[in-house]
Amino acid sequence: MMKRILLSMLAFCLTLIPAIAMAIEGKLTIVTSYPPDTTNTVKKVFEAKYPGIQVEMLKKKTSAGIKYLQETAVNNTSDMFWASAPDAFEVLKGDNLLQKYDVKVSGIPEKVGAFPIHDPDGYYKGFAASGYGIMWNTRYLKAKKLPVPARWADLAKPVYNGHVGMSAPSRSGTTHLTVETLLQGEGWENGWALWKAIAGNFKTVTARSFGVPDGVNSGQFGLGVVIDFFGLSSQASGFPVDFLYPPVTTLVPANIAIVKGAPNRPAAAAFIEFLLSVEGQEVLLDPKIRRLPVNPDTYAKAPADFPNPFKDKTLGAAVKFDLMLSKNRYNVINSMFDVMITYRLDELRAATKAIQDAEAKLSGKSNASAQKLIQEAHALVNALPISEAKAGEKGFNSIFKKKRKKASTKVTGRQAEVEQEWDTQVKSNYAQAKKLAEQAAAML
Amino acid sequence: MRSLSRHQIGPASLALLLGAFLFVFLIIPVAKVIFVAFQDPSTGALTLINFKDFFYTSLFQESFVNSFYVAAMSVLVASLIALPLSYFTTRFNFSGTLLIQTLGIIPLIMPPFVGAVSMLLLFGENGSLNLLFYEWFGFTVPFMEGLNGVIMVESIHYFPFILINLSAALNNIDQSMEESAQNLGSHGISLFRRIVFPLAMPGYVAGASLVFLKVFDDLGTPLLLNVNKMLAPQAYLRITSIGISDPMGYVISVILVVFSLLSLWTSFLALRGKDYATVQKGGGGLMKRDLKPLEKTGCYIVVIFILLLVLSPHLGLAILSFGTVWSYSVLPDAYTFNHYLQMISSSTQLISNTLIYAGLAALIDVVLGTTIAYLVWRTNLVGRKWLDFIAMGAVAVPGVVLGIGYLRTFYEYNVPFIDKPLASWWVIIVVALSIRRLPYALRACVAAMQQISVALEEAAENLGANKRRTVFRIVVPLMSGGIVAGFITSFATASVELSATLMLVSTESDAPLAYGIYEFMQSASGRGPGAALGIVAVIIVGAATFASHLFVKSKQEVLSPAVAAAAKE
Repeated sequence: MMKRILLSMLAFCLTLIPAIAMAIEGKLTIVTSYPPDTTNTVKKVFEAKYPGIQVEMLKKKTSAGIKYLQETAVNNTSDMFWASAPDAFEVLKGDNLLQKYDVKVSGIPEKVGAFPIHDPDGYYKGFAASGYGIMWNTRYLKAKKLPVPARWADLAKPVYNGHVGMSAPSRSGTTHLTVETLLQGEGWENGWALWKAIAGNFKTVTARSFGVPDGVNSGQFGLGVVIDFFGLSSQASGFPVDFLYPPVTTLVPANIAIVKGAPNRPAAAAFIEFLLSVEGQEVLLDPKIRRLPVNPDTYAKAPADFPNPFKDKTLGAAVKFDLMLSKNRYNVINSMFDVMITYRLDELRAATKAIQDAEAKLSGKSNASAQKLIQEAHALVNALPISEAKAGEKGFNSIFKKKRKKASTKVTGRQAEVEQEWDTQVKSNYAQAKKLAEQAAAML
Repeated sequence: MRSLSRHQIGPASLALLLGAFLFVFLIIPVAKVIFVAFQDPSTGALTLINFKDFFYTSLFQESFVNSFYVAAMSVLVASLIALPLSYFTTRFNFSGTLLIQTLGIIPLIMPPFVGAVSMLLLFGENGSLNLLFYEWFGFTVPFMEGLNGVIMVESIHYFPFILINLSAALNNIDQSMEESAQNLGSHGISLFRRIVFPLAMPGYVAGASLVFLKVFDDLGTPLLLNVNKMLAPQAYLRITSIGISDPMGYVISVILVVFSLLSLWTSFLALRGKDYATVQKGGGGLMKRDLKPLEKTGCYIVVIFILLLVLSPHLGLAILSFGTVWSYSVLPDAYTFNHYLQMISSSTQLISNTLIYAGLAALIDVVLGTTIAYLVWRTNLVGRKWLDFIAMGAVAVPGVVLGIGYLRTFYEYNVPFIDKPLASWWVIIVVALSIRRLPYALRACVAAMQQISVALEEAAENLGANKRRTVFRIVVPLMSGGIVAGFITSFATASVELSATLMLVSTESDAPLAYGIYEFMQSASGRGPGAALGIVAVIIVGAATFASHLFVKSKQEVLSPAVAAAAKE
């Protein structure tokens, strides 16, 4: 008897579901950083399922989207925020601009790689995974007779001098994660040394993260450090490019959240549920989107060679990513990268070129004093303005923090002041390194 | 201070109205943003310490030098492009003058970031031209390397400012001046140097100072070319980076504003003490003469070379819009119409929005511009110069700053009946555009006003016309060339504005064309459709510009008798 009642209740509930689905209607405004290829494709499938809802995609760059939500919070008209970088959502969460939500769809694992898929506090949900890797233009590599790289360290080889592009970590949350991943994977000193060696081969540091795939696609430079879907979707659009994940990479969830005080909450909830459902996850495999679904079952429908982080356990798991460590020194890392690399790129490139030339001359010969000079030049380029301990120090970090502290909190020093101090040191180090390397070359 | 006399009440209330408009839509929003520059980052107290940091930071010093160098070089290159075009077309009987002048304006109606994309494909290190050079001669030319690229894109984009203003000025020079000079034995180069060029000076300086200012705080081009070490990109990068409300970005904004005002002031000083007005106002323009066959060929070669250069971004964009995959090759692999089909569904609304926004904004601009020019040059109201300075100050306000300022200031006010915050109502986009483009219209109107002698108005008043009648029957008709030049510049540039609109568009249905193109260009498969949309934008805005050009022409023919009639009254 009990069973029958339960069964009929269940049946009743089941008949209710479509009724609920039908009942949701109205306008759903989503602030998103995604390109039309992604938004239009998802929108089409979603609106077909919920004919009563009109989705309005408001496209803003991630950082502009955050500013927009912050500035419009007093009179909010947006329902959802939909973007890649988890730290963008952390900022909004910190400003108390997101709404908690419990997902009903099942079948989503807890983690992808070493990262939790959903925000442990329940504010934002991962709907896809993305990782950083290397993308290259096959025509370019062929014309310039360059080999295909396999790992990050390959990009530091002299053969790639002037052929690599990347965006600044201060401009792109996912680039920041790549920088941080390598620092955690290789250690503070070695990690920075590797980044500087790679940066010495840079053609450019772009201000927009899309500037990198754009440059590789059109052949302005040959190789780029990019997030996977940029590489995969460029390839799917017909460009002569290819992409790979190096062994040390981090998979990060791309996220969606409901904005606090959303005008149309039921529709927003329906959108999250749809995106995480089997149907929604399959849309991510569309050649124009090409993101890694978070539902492992979806991969059965993926094309051959499509990376599957749930099967290929090496993917994104090589580094045990320490989220707290990363969070504590977030702004300091950005600032260091900008001071040492972005804004001193010409000086760094000149020093790197001089060292590479001297080393090429040295190879096969033995000249102790030249070798010593080259060593010194390396040491000068690799010198860091602060230690790892200092970078994680709370008091020091507050100089770089966005939020104005209460008058009672004492902060000594200002960001511009600190950066100028670093810059003076970095600039003279690079110049000196170049001089030493040239001296060494003259001896050979 | 003596009380206002009766005939000053009208101008005074106009000035107050204008002042209020500028105060609400320019000063308050900007002040809300740059206030941060004067706050101590840790305590929030008022301080000047951030400015000290600015001047002690070598990165900012270098950025400042770079910005100045790029702006000055761009003025130089833009002048080299604009001088022959405007001189040939106003001075000689040249078939296709109208076409050349319209084509010359087309660079303005392409968003600079789109122009940069297509110039990279053509002139970049691995662009079409350099691939050919490398194949033929074994070397490449760094057209687009670093600051060179910015100078090239900027001067090609902004030279029409000089062209429009200079052509308007040349057209306004009275023939009799030239005739007198010739009667006195002057001709050729010396005639140009001593008579024509000095008389056209207000137009040239107006155009050149605009180019300087625009390049000095242009953001999109250096950003797209990944040149970071300039002031505007530094400000933008600082302000928009996640997690930085570092005051330096706001400090740079203040510096940009102050420096731009300073250079405007310098251009005022350069022109001060010189009277450019000529009394007679006959059939406008220089004497046109026919060219000898050899001269004609020479002129055509120069003009065609220049047009090829300035239209190369459009050529590149056209190829991009029809090409399938264009990657590390001289030309695309194959051609297709698909991109046009893809963008067509989303384009109609973008186009109508753009025409409405830019048209309204330009209309507001010429009305405000004419009024301000009149108040400044024809009345003696106290503080009238400030109207001019404040309105010109808008040129120095980066679009992002204005956008953020608007969101901050107007989000809390709901528009009655629509029940929407003012900051997300489409009208605010029109207001932002009109504020951003007001300086262009204003400069054109002021230049036109400076060329009209007060004697003409005095004559009208002596003959019994009142102020209003004088303004509408004498001043405005005589200024019509400048007013239309102002309208065209405002309209064309407003229709491709992006930085403020990017912040203010709150629903997709309110988006203008530039926003749509930008959106397309942010994905690998959207480059083609984005380029197709760009071509459509160029054609439509170009057609609108051409139409207004024709309108001026016909108007000028009607005007001459009207002026004569007005003079008779």
